[in-house]
Amino acid sequence: MLDLIARMGSRGLTSVQNLGNSGLFLLRVLFRKPHLFKLMPELLKQLYFIGVLSCLIIVVSGLFIGMVVGLQGYNTLEKFGASSELGQLLALSITRELGPVISALLFAGRAGSALTAEIGLMKATEQLDSMDMMGIDPLSRIIYPRFLGGVISLPLLAFIFSAVAIFGGYFIGVQCLGVDSGTFWSNMQSAINFKVDVLSGIIKSIVFAFVVIWISVFQGFTCIPTAEGISQATTRTVVYSSLAVLGLDFLLTAITIGGW
Amino acid sequence: MNKRRHIDLSVGIFMLVGLLSLFFMVMKVSGITQIVSNNGYPVIAYFTDIGGLKVRAPVTIAGVKIGEVARIELQPSQLNAKVTMLLNRSKPIPYEDVSARILTEGLLGSNYISIVPGFDDEENSDHPYLRSGDIISKTQEAIILENLIGQLLFNVKK
Repeated sequence: MLDLIARMGSRGLTSVQNLGNSGLFLLRVLFRKPHLFKLMPELLKQLYFIGVLSCLIIVVSGLFIGMVVGLQGYNTLEKFGASSELGQLLALSITRELGPVISALLFAGRAGSALTAEIGLMKATEQLDSMDMMGIDPLSRIIYPRFLGGVISLPLLAFIFSAVAIFGGYFIGVQCLGVDSGTFWSNMQSAINFKVDVLSGIIKSIVFAFVVIWISVFQGFTCIPTAEGISQATTRTVVYSSLAVLGLDFLLTAITIGGW
Repeated sequence: MNKRRHIDLSVGIFMLVGLLSLFFMVMKVSGITQIVSNNGYPVIAYFTDIGGLKVRAPVTIAGVKIGEVARIELQPSQLNAKVTMLLNRSKPIPYEDVSARILTEGLLGSNYISIVPGFDDEENSDHPYLRSGDIISKTQEAIILENLIGQLLFNVKK
């Protein structure tokens, strides 16, 4: 019995220690003098791998999610004779919630896991140690450009997702189901307030970018340098970042709506 | 070299497309163009009851939107509502006999303000059109469905 309690205590201690370590790691990554010119080629490469190559999955899922929301919304709204409000429903749900959240989840699966595996393999093959030995700081050479690339990419991907999803909904609602195009856009514009709706989506996507990229880089950097350790770290990246995104989403929504 | 150029180009295009979609959301989805170009002038009206009128509700003439509600305050002395509207400068509204009503879009829709313009046949008047800070004195409060039903039932009972 005592053993069980002691094990629980040590589990708790390690998780708190891990949290503190990751916080220190984040501080060490963030507070450094950036050599922008030296960084540029590496940053471009990371933007390509993290951002550009994620575009396809973001665009395709955005299109389909917009189309599904359009179809579902039309069928529900039509029961109340309010199908002209489709634009409002679509734009509110996508700019506030679906755009940032789903693109962050896809980003965690597509780019976050790849980052963890890449950094973990670098650690397992002792590339990071040999860099350290040569006097090159792996934090600024390896981690920093990836961090920056992710923080820049995810908000842009979320904007693309939202725009494509709204077009998907427009395609279904206006072109296929016959909602009037003028009422679609004008209802949307009168319902959406830039400062409340679009801005909260932007803030959300920036916060999610920080969290997802932080988790994936930290998991890669501190993984156990074996094949098994890398696979565990990759799994943890996806699980932790998905949970963090969903939890933070609730928190941020509660703050922006101002229920508290 | 070729590969490098490919990466540079696609990253550039990616960032451009991302910023364009942000631009699209700002302009087309939130319709901020109307707010930016709206260097409107404030006009005040007092209502005894505004019903469900909200800030940013449209202000219309003959059903065409010409501005929006900017502020709603309670006037402590008279205990009525002071509604400040921002109107577009594009079309001058005759001041004489102008009146404002609070109407409802359809049976269950949201409230909006309809302005009925006055007459502009007096050319030599020194105050022909609505100006910044003017007060619309003739107003009609919101028609509240519950009150109407209540009155109807009361009359039916008699």
